[in-house]
Amino acid sequence: MERKIRVLVAKAGLDGHDRGAKVVAAAFRDAGFEVIYTGLHQTPDQVVEAAVQEDVDVVALSLLSGAHLTLFPAVLEKLREKGAGHVLLTGGGIIPPQDMEALARQGVGRLFGPGSPTAEAVAYIREWCAAHPRTI
Amino acid sequence: MNQPPAVPGAAAPNGAARERDALFTTISGSPVQPVYGPDDVAGGDPARRLAPPGEYPYTRGIHPTMYRGRLWTMRQFAGFGSARQTNARFRYLLEHGQTGLSVAFDVPTLMGFDSDDPKALGEVGVCGVAVDSLADMEVLFDGIPLGDITTSMTINGPAAILWALFLAAAEKQGVPFAQLGGTLQNDCFKEFIAQKCWCFPPRPALRLVVNTIEYATRHLPKWNSVSVSGYHIREAGATAAQELAFTLKDGFTYVEAALAAGLDVDEFAPRLSFFFNAHIDFFEEIAKYRAARRIYARHLREVYKAKNPRSWQLRFHTQTAGCSLTAQQPENNIVRTAIEALAGVLGGTQSLHTNSMDETLALPSDKAVKIALRTQQILAHETNVTHAADPLGGSYYVEALTDRLEREAEEYFREIDARGGVVAGIESGYFQREIHRASYRYQQEVEAKQRIIVGVNEYVEPDEKLEIPILYIDPQVERDQVAALAALRARRDGDLVRRRLAALTAASRDERTNLMPYLLDCARAYATKGEMRHAMGVVFGEHREAPEF
Repeated sequence: MERKIRVLVAKAGLDGHDRGAKVVAAAFRDAGFEVIYTGLHQTPDQVVEAAVQEDVDVVALSLLSGAHLTLFPAVLEKLREKGAGHVLLTGGGIIPPQDMEALARQGVGRLFGPGSPTAEAVAYIREWCAAHPRTI
Repeated sequence: MNQPPAVPGAAAPNGAARERDALFTTISGSPVQPVYGPDDVAGGDPARRLAPPGEYPYTRGIHPTMYRGRLWTMRQFAGFGSARQTNARFRYLLEHGQTGLSVAFDVPTLMGFDSDDPKALGEVGVCGVAVDSLADMEVLFDGIPLGDITTSMTINGPAAILWALFLAAAEKQGVPFAQLGGTLQNDCFKEFIAQKCWCFPPRPALRLVVNTIEYATRHLPKWNSVSVSGYHIREAGATAAQELAFTLKDGFTYVEAALAAGLDVDEFAPRLSFFFNAHIDFFEEIAKYRAARRIYARHLREVYKAKNPRSWQLRFHTQTAGCSLTAQQPENNIVRTAIEALAGVLGGTQSLHTNSMDETLALPSDKAVKIALRTQQILAHETNVTHAADPLGGSYYVEALTDRLEREAEEYFREIDARGGVVAGIESGYFQREIHRASYRYQQEVEAKQRIIVGVNEYVEPDEKLEIPILYIDPQVERDQVAALAALRARRDGDLVRRRLAALTAASRDERTNLMPYLLDCARAYATKGEMRHAMGVVFGEHREAPEF
């Protein structure tokens, strides 16, 4: 049986805007992914710990507080430290396009701004997982 | 829906005119009839049934002449970076004709963490201004006479702490507390329900709200102690009826808690105010404000037995809907905001914040803020919508919507009561689930193109280039704030701070003690907000929300 795509939807930092994260989590669930939602106010360490424990394929990080240039790189670095560099780090929120480009150069996946259809994020994750099959 | 495709120009089988293939519901999902008449309004002709503006139950407004007497207060929410930078923005807004200040704090401040707390990393001064102690408050209001303007502070979980810092700053300016006018948002419930910037669990949080209500009642007769807020509930995805019902129910719960603490309803109720969203569904929003006034007046008079008409009057601030704005073709947001602001004005708001066109991208730039303020000035001075009170009163459609929202709110009140009230509803995740369901339904409607959003799912410009300037917060702000905090801790009287914090902890243990005097003493000694949070937190504990979606 084909393994379901496992996604950790995460809120990092103090940002309390969880409408988007929960809508995206519900859309991922309805698309057939296994979804784990961290809940609010997680540190990058907690996010990465959950990602490793749950053996996810994807971490989808939601940020609307402006702290994206600090928190995305922190999560990425800790994923690599914990041997989870194979996990896709994607996400969304209020992130200006130039910041999305800067984060992409550091190895962060596609980021989805306001107005993005959830279907686009679902398709992106499916394609990414198809192109990066798990070896174990 | 699911009707056979209509032939252009042909009549439908039942003889009704052909309709576009569109979702004829409000943005909240309530069905809308093709036309409304006298039979759609409870009690017949609304003109005979409604009391005039300025009379109970105030459906048509709380003042007889509304904006002919005084325009609404144009109050733009502002704050970013350091206290020094925000002080400059405040002076800019006051110079351009703004009539009141509204302070936006950064996220660590909203949660009561100091700027040097590890949890604050990367968020200091980003979403609002960082205020750690009295020293920052002094700078924030430097050269701004606090006795002459009104100041609104959007702060909730640690509201009592920030208010103490503000009061200590006013004291240093030599302004007597009795002269201070302003508003503390101080609505802890909507933090658990929607905004999620809490400090303590719901029950001690409610105690602090009651402490501030009591302190304002005794010492600051011109101060609005709580601004019960539906804004964030709506932004989190709630429908108009949910915004209306949850907000009013929160307000009633504060009233009940203050009564239980021994206060007289007519002493404090005139200083409670409300804060609603102005979403893009024009008529539904106007009806929402009218229903809110009517429900509130009835409850305050009939349930809580208030005698003073001021206690019955629901006064409210309005902010246009941030969640209605689009990152795509952002200039279009000017139009959306203008329409939403008009709904607030036609609904009889007492003050208004208009969003800036670039807020889905980042903090607003000076130019975008100025256009947003100018939008209000155009409404106030050019359109003449201010000349007659409640100009839509008597409209069959608006009256029917007002009646319906009132009914829906009453149904929610019964449901919340059956679940044990607001605190129990928060603890069981009831409100959070209701809002999440509504927001997911809305998102699905947008993705199915049942709802068209210009520039997002229709009239899209795929090669659009961003052409508006974006305000960036220099990470140096965080480093400077952290350094200033270290210097403050070194320079103040450490023994005095420790003694006052210990007194705060001791007072926290006794539920009957009002904590405001203890917080003020801590503020005067330059204790930081994080230290005050901790001093109470050892008694109050932490709040955790179950992650559900």
